[in-house]
Amino acid sequence: MAEKAKKEKAPRTPMPEQKPEVRRRNFEEVPMGYTAEMAQAEAQRCLQCKKPSCKEGCPVNVDIPQFIAEIAQGNYAGAIMQLWQKNSLPAVCGRVCPQENQCEGMCIVGKKDKPVAIGNLERFAADWARAEKDLPMPPKDAPTGKKVAVVGSGPGSLTVAGDLIRKGHEVTVFEAFHKAGGVLVYGIPEFRLPKEIVAAEVNFLERLGVKVECNMVVGSTITVDELLTEEGFDAVYLGVGAGLPRFVGVPGENLIGVYSANEYLTRANLMKGYLFPEYDTPLVGGEHVCVFGGGNVAMDSLRTAMRMGCDDVKCVYRRSEQELPARGEEIHHAKDEGIQFFVLHNPIRFIGDEDNRLKAVELQEMKLGEPDESGRRRPEPIPGSTKTLECDLAIIAIGSGANPLITRTTPGLAVNKWGYIEADEAGKTKKPGVWAGGDIVTGAATVIKAAGAGRLAANSMHEYLTWGW
Amino acid sequence: MYKILAKRVLAQGTVVENEIEAPRIAAKAKPGQFVILRVNETGERIPLTMADTDPNRGTITIIYQVVGKTTALLKSLEVMDAIMDIAGPLGTPTPIEKKGTVICVGGGTGVAVLHPITRGFHQAGNKVISIIGARTKDLLIMEDKMKKASDEFYVCTDDGSYGHHGFVTDVLREQLTKLGSEVKEAVCIGPVPMMKFCSKVTEEYGVPTMVSLNAIMVDGTGMCGCCRVQVGGETKFACVDGPEFDAHKVDFEGLSKRLTAYVPQERQAMDRYEQKCACETKGK
Repeated sequence: MAEKAKKEKAPRTPMPEQKPEVRRRNFEEVPMGYTAEMAQAEAQRCLQCKKPSCKEGCPVNVDIPQFIAEIAQGNYAGAIMQLWQKNSLPAVCGRVCPQENQCEGMCIVGKKDKPVAIGNLERFAADWARAEKDLPMPPKDAPTGKKVAVVGSGPGSLTVAGDLIRKGHEVTVFEAFHKAGGVLVYGIPEFRLPKEIVAAEVNFLERLGVKVECNMVVGSTITVDELLTEEGFDAVYLGVGAGLPRFVGVPGENLIGVYSANEYLTRANLMKGYLFPEYDTPLVGGEHVCVFGGGNVAMDSLRTAMRMGCDDVKCVYRRSEQELPARGEEIHHAKDEGIQFFVLHNPIRFIGDEDNRLKAVELQEMKLGEPDESGRRRPEPIPGSTKTLECDLAIIAIGSGANPLITRTTPGLAVNKWGYIEADEAGKTKKPGVWAGGDIVTGAATVIKAAGAGRLAANSMHEYLTWGW
Repeated sequence: MYKILAKRVLAQGTVVENEIEAPRIAAKAKPGQFVILRVNETGERIPLTMADTDPNRGTITIIYQVVGKTTALLKSLEVMDAIMDIAGPLGTPTPIEKKGTVICVGGGTGVAVLHPITRGFHQAGNKVISIIGARTKDLLIMEDKMKKASDEFYVCTDDGSYGHHGFVTDVLREQLTKLGSEVKEAVCIGPVPMMKFCSKVTEEYGVPTMVSLNAIMVDGTGMCGCCRVQVGGETKFACVDGPEFDAHKVDFEGLSKRLTAYVPQERQAMDRYEQKCACETKGK
């Protein structure tokens, strides 16, 4: 019993991290992962609740206490098998899920103490499995003879692919870029999610039998209708994300040096621009960098610019620090790395030199007014109060919209006024045989929400493939 | 991987034509559309317009001038070598209709982009007058194919080594003066200054004109916003809204300047590549 008392008091095992002054100049992963001892110690903090609320907080319903119990006993193979049953992307989710709002946010231990580090444990099990060569693959149902096309290869699509291949269907994933992973490869930086990890998760699905075809721009190289007719697919999942960049709409926005976060991050991550000239895609450094926006994409852009060697990197956000939409951990990481937060400011003009290169930005000072429809206090300009900052690299990270490439070429697919695809809770669209989920339905959200939407859609698609529309 | 089935060096060793196996793209491509390719694992993504397609053979033809590292690397590939990635067809196809008389003007490697459009207008029953030009005779490309796709055909060289001595704009002006309102549309494709001056001429004569813009791109599907251009005061994405636009509304100054965004890096990459090639040659 003495041992049990000790177990309840054990503090949360911190994840070792690269020191801020070191990591701000390299692209290696910031948290370094648990050792087996750390993982076991942390796993033992789990109370193994009879009614685990953590599980309810997980959009893909991972049996959290079960996989943690396996780690506590040192049975890591058992842990990964538990995870794989519900999640095809554990190494990704363990790293980039906002656990504080999901599983860990519901953890009972967290009521009095810090919650069990579920994300860190998930990451540990997944990383362990990646290093293990002879691990058996999870079981698959007997072949059904049905063929499914999954369009896009981000977290939602990969979840659909993983779920349906295990239910015995043939699955082909179509990706427009030359590498699979969607936002996991073009958007999320190496220091948060190493690309070899995404590649390994995709490879896991390929070993399960999923076919991946890159360089396929669905809507252009092939249409959704052609997939359903000429190519003989029985169902299609559209998980194409919301990739249309938004700009602020102020003068000077097309100057050289003003980027969308999508372009900046794609150059950095997918094209490995930070390794120029070993890689051929250039990425500008900048001496005075301003990133506009306060979400996770803004944090990724800021921290990338810092790693490109800039010392003056500012997050310019139109509300106050309390309203920053990014995860707390990301803001904290950014601050530790030396990023300045320039809140209650909004860009009104970009100023260029004679060669059309950005040299400054004019900002409007803002104050917070009454709450708006989002429940947050509305930012309002303070009349007559502007300032000009030196700036040679500006990155616009104020969100993205729906790309019309697919909806334009797919008759019968209903879209709402913002161009997002209309679908029910299970992702079923107005077009027979077609499902959609993730950002292309809801607008920009998180990796795990896309995975959750994929899970619901996969169940609905499986029902359809078994019983009909 | 996309296999190279044929390679021809067209002009002064710097303009190259490749026929490449890409059946899905060949089946779909229409005049005016382009592909984005990546030569190898460390390569960048560059847009190239298709000069021709053969759906039966399942091939596309690209023509490019060696200007930097990526095109130099592309040129180093021989028949039966492969290009790592090609995505397409991208961009909005040229709206081709029967209009009457259409003038097609091409300069340098822009002629490669112009050719399928010219052929399209010709097949649609238009009277096609083509004017193509280059700095000097040896840089002139696709003369025969362009001649075949045209009812009237003119060649210009800046140095007078072949055809009319002077710019394509001279011949364009002559034709417009001669034909007047008979000309229903002009298509001008080539270097930015050429397109700019051609569109000034056609504007004087009130002839609707289309140009194809070679903006810097990354993804080519409207996702990064790198290729934005000002057209009629609005921001457009060359990759999905274009690459063709109303010439009389395009901000050519802005486009020229955006094209210089990476000049220092491009030079650095090219120098590095040439040094590496020199080392390898010595090694042999």
